[in-house]
Amino acid sequence: MPVKTKYELPMGAATREAFGKALVEVGRMNPNVVALDADLSKSTYTAAFAKEFPGRFFECGIAEMNMLAIGSGLASAGKIPFASTFSVFALNKGFEQMRVTAAFPNVNLKVVGTHSGISIGEDGPSQMSVEDLSLACSLPGFTVLCPADELAMIELVKLAAAHVGPVFIRAGRPKVPRIYEADQQFTIGQSIELMPGSDVTLIATGLLVAESIRAAEKLQAEGISARVVDFHTIKPLDRDAIVRAARETGAIVVAEEHLADGGLGVRVAQVVAETHPAPMEFVGIQNTYAESATPEQLIDKYGLLARDVAAAARRVVSRKR
Amino acid sequence: MQRTSDAAELAAIAKRMRGTAIQMITEAGSGHPGGSLSAADIVVTLFFDVLRHDPENPHWPDRDRFILSKGHCCPILYAVMAECGYCPKDKLMTLRKLGSIYQGHPDVRFLPALEASTGSLGQGLSLGIGMAEGQRLDNRPSRTYVVLGDGEIQEGQVWESAMFAPFRGVDNVVAIVDYNKIQLDGFVKDIMDLEPLAAKWTSFGWHVIQIDGHDIGALQRAFAEASQVKGKPSCIIANTIKGKGVSFMENNPKFHGTAPTREECARALQELG
Repeated sequence: MPVKTKYELPMGAATREAFGKALVEVGRMNPNVVALDADLSKSTYTAAFAKEFPGRFFECGIAEMNMLAIGSGLASAGKIPFASTFSVFALNKGFEQMRVTAAFPNVNLKVVGTHSGISIGEDGPSQMSVEDLSLACSLPGFTVLCPADELAMIELVKLAAAHVGPVFIRAGRPKVPRIYEADQQFTIGQSIELMPGSDVTLIATGLLVAESIRAAEKLQAEGISARVVDFHTIKPLDRDAIVRAARETGAIVVAEEHLADGGLGVRVAQVVAETHPAPMEFVGIQNTYAESATPEQLIDKYGLLARDVAAAARRVVSRKR
Repeated sequence: MQRTSDAAELAAIAKRMRGTAIQMITEAGSGHPGGSLSAADIVVTLFFDVLRHDPENPHWPDRDRFILSKGHCCPILYAVMAECGYCPKDKLMTLRKLGSIYQGHPDVRFLPALEASTGSLGQGLSLGIGMAEGQRLDNRPSRTYVVLGDGEIQEGQVWESAMFAPFRGVDNVVAIVDYNKIQLDGFVKDIMDLEPLAAKWTSFGWHVIQIDGHDIGALQRAFAEASQVKGKPSCIIANTIKGKGVSFMENNPKFHGTAPTREECARALQELG
């Protein structure tokens, strides 16, 4: 019997859809907000912005390199551009433009990558962005955000629009469980503790936040007290929360829908190693590209379920001295 | 700053700026003299005659923008910007040295009066079009001028941006191709020929003006013509000579990316008077 708690999660909107909604909101609040897309506005949900603000929307066609640099040019002219496409194309085709036209001169460009991770499903690995957090975090000066649900996305888009400097926001294709209530406050760079715990900390981002909450419930039933923390900001990293996790719970699992190499996990491990060494385990995609299937099948096959987070937690707890 | 529409005066300034750029590159011991010399007349005509700008107020919102997309030729830009009063002349000889504001490629962190950090070829035209679109949204009179290298336009992104601007009717941006016919590995026609170059830009929807890029009067007329073209962007194909003004550098691929020796520098300065 699954334990029923207040953390039972109702299904919400996809974070990409929430992005589209938030973009219209920030567009209404600030006339300098403009948007760009590369022939995916129906998928990234920038179409709503295009409809309401046609003069402030730049359809760039299937030309991501140009789109990102046009965005930087608009930012240099005082606009607040949100350039969006699938995350895999933004980061892989547009990395150089993000580096040279945004990161290096510290230009106020916002890049929103949708359809991230493997939960895009049937389209398969050429469309799956599993390196985007790693690539985005490697760019000096970039702020990197990975909201777990629709409310987090809406609030973080507002914060990104107000933040001066380049930002990458990661969004997903499928509908995701609702984690937050409307009164939740967000601050860039400050993680949010969702469940208290003393035996292990589950640090999660994006899709894996909900899975980690479910994992914590399973662990609770087994007598393991797991803290769950949402790292909606991957960069700058909330070092204090990591140090507290290491010191107070003595064991950490990091869970993300991203290659385990180079994502949130290694960034957290760096802080743990520097500050308060503790055993860690990592839930992520292991050095491979996925395949075509339903999102549910892929999340299962590639080991990104609550089951996998809980197993990692048991392993890491058993390693505690 | 000094402004003039007198072609002879502009030519004299360009000659002086060429000498300064050669000295800077010689002092640095590395850099790109050939393309700095080929672009000299273009850059001087823009900064001293054509551009609406104010070195006292470098971030004036209604200014025209200049982007050196072929960023490796920044010595000529630095020399001209210093002459205009944007940055110190007495520091020009620190080019490429630790702590210098005159970085090896344009870097806005060190020289905020620059409009863009460039150096990775192929991106400047997109940036310029983005700036131009921003100016249009705000109904500003500003125009954006982007100098591209000929070898640079082998980059695919240039053609993405070349497709974008005419489609959207961006008519406040001017691309200037410094067509000096030489790139690092040799002659452009042998590396990756661009011809028919004017036909390419025309077919993408640009108003194309072909001129001798060392004829100041022709440059002035081309910029004036471009400013009158409505509904589409203009591309000035400036036929130039790599290393222009220094006999032993002219049309010599060696001086694409090799600094002159002190002896060569002295000879060059003698030729430039």
